[in-house]
Amino acid sequence: MLCERCEENEASVHLTRIINGQKEEIHLCEECARKSSQLNSDDTDLSFQSLLSGILNHKFSNKESSFLSNNGSQKLVCPNCGMSYYEFTEKGLFGCEECFDIFEQKLDDLFKRIHGNIRHNGKYPLSFQQKLEVESEISELKEEMETAVEKENFEKAAEIRDKIHAIKSDMEEDNNEA
Amino acid sequence: MKHNLISNWQTEAGKEKDVILSSRIRLARNLKKYKFPNKSTESEKNELIGNLKSKLNFLINDGFDFYLMKDLDEIERLVLHEEHLISSAHTKSSATKALFLNNEKHISIMINEEDHLRIQILSAGLEFNEIWNQINQLDNQLDQKIEYSFSDKWGYLTSCPTNVGTALRASVMCHLPALVLSGRIDNILGAVGKFGLTVRGIAGEGSSTEAELFQISNQITLGFSENEIIDKLESVIQQIITEERKSREYLLRNSYQKLKDNVLRSLGILKYAYQLEEAEALKYLSRIKFGQDTNLIEEKLDQDLFRKLLFKIKDAHLQYNFDDQLEQRKLNIKRAEIIKSILNEE
Repeated sequence: MLCERCEENEASVHLTRIINGQKEEIHLCEECARKSSQLNSDDTDLSFQSLLSGILNHKFSNKESSFLSNNGSQKLVCPNCGMSYYEFTEKGLFGCEECFDIFEQKLDDLFKRIHGNIRHNGKYPLSFQQKLEVESEISELKEEMETAVEKENFEKAAEIRDKIHAIKSDMEEDNNEA
Repeated sequence: MKHNLISNWQTEAGKEKDVILSSRIRLARNLKKYKFPNKSTESEKNELIGNLKSKLNFLINDGFDFYLMKDLDEIERLVLHEEHLISSAHTKSSATKALFLNNEKHISIMINEEDHLRIQILSAGLEFNEIWNQINQLDNQLDQKIEYSFSDKWGYLTSCPTNVGTALRASVMCHLPALVLSGRIDNILGAVGKFGLTVRGIAGEGSSTEAELFQISNQITLGFSENEIIDKLESVIQQIITEERKSREYLLRNSYQKLKDNVLRSLGILKYAYQLEEAEALKYLSRIKFGQDTNLIEEKLDQDLFRKLLFKIKDAHLQYNFDDQLEQRKLNIKRAEIIKSILNEE
């Protein structure tokens, strides 16, 4: 891709900005990018230019900048939808459910700020409820089994063990079907 | 051919009708495995629409109609927005959006808005418990047909972090003329913010507080159960209702003549104006509702005047009901005619 400004050199600086959901991309060669960062007084779009300038200064001075590193979070990218952590903070929207796993480390802080809370306390989907019920049934059975073992009632313990296995394999079948 | 999109739920008077016009609860839901609308392609969005249309087909038997937003014309989409059945965003980019709407037109399910599904129920008056039961049941019905995106840590996963958790937003539209007139509104609304609630003026652009209509809703969706969120909101709203009524009594005691004059002048304008802009009409209708609720108007008027006219006098409704091509000047004349005809009915 050629630089949008000089239309001569290969564009190596790619910038995307999103304002109110409107996406705009700029592709420049290093030379033009460096120039444009110095020419921003002619430009009405100061914020974007100063951002550009900020990035370039860090890039060319080769210093670790808070903008680029920030514990590496700016480099986090969701492999499923392509949402980067930076884009997420700009847009304020997750791109898919996997973003929650990829940005997990950041989310407790974020939710604390927004909601004052970090854990769900409301209803569950039916599939989840069933899973929870099965899990609690299994843990009850395990207790029963341990008691049986303590009382040396091994026949009963074996019976319960088989029951647990049966429930678990049922659950796996359900998961495979889904 | 026009689709039938006009509701009449709002013409009924509900609980606490002197202050509360309507209540609404909406749930945001996403489907497992599909990218959220802000990251999905047009074909992925249309695949989701097709999938939901067939999996949620039972809704058709339960009295819902299914619409592709692109099959509705612009005026029809705006009418749905004026009816509070769809968001402003849902009137745009209609190629990839769809809607389930029930026959009574108080339950809507937007598809491919900010989230895959936005389920909402509206009701006249203060009616949270009833609406919550209904929407919870509907949500469970949907849950049996489709698999929701959910995490045990963060609850229902939504595009916007502000909806994560219960993904529930409950709101009321309330009429607070005495709190505005007495200047107490800023104090009260400021206090409301401290309870994790949001207030915004509604009605015409830039004229939000002129009609003295406000929307109050919960801000927080994570960390509390649905019932806790609704109970907290309702208890704050009950206090606002009490304060509004107190202010009405106070104003009636202390500025009776001034108020009565103001209300009757508003009535005069609505009875005789030749043309009325939307915001202007709303402002005077709001004053008349206040006059009716406080018995300042002796003349026998339809008690549900405000509710009956609230949506009917909006621009898209006028265009939908009369003529798609009506220009603004003629809309204003038509609006004045409709108000006059209802005021002169009795």
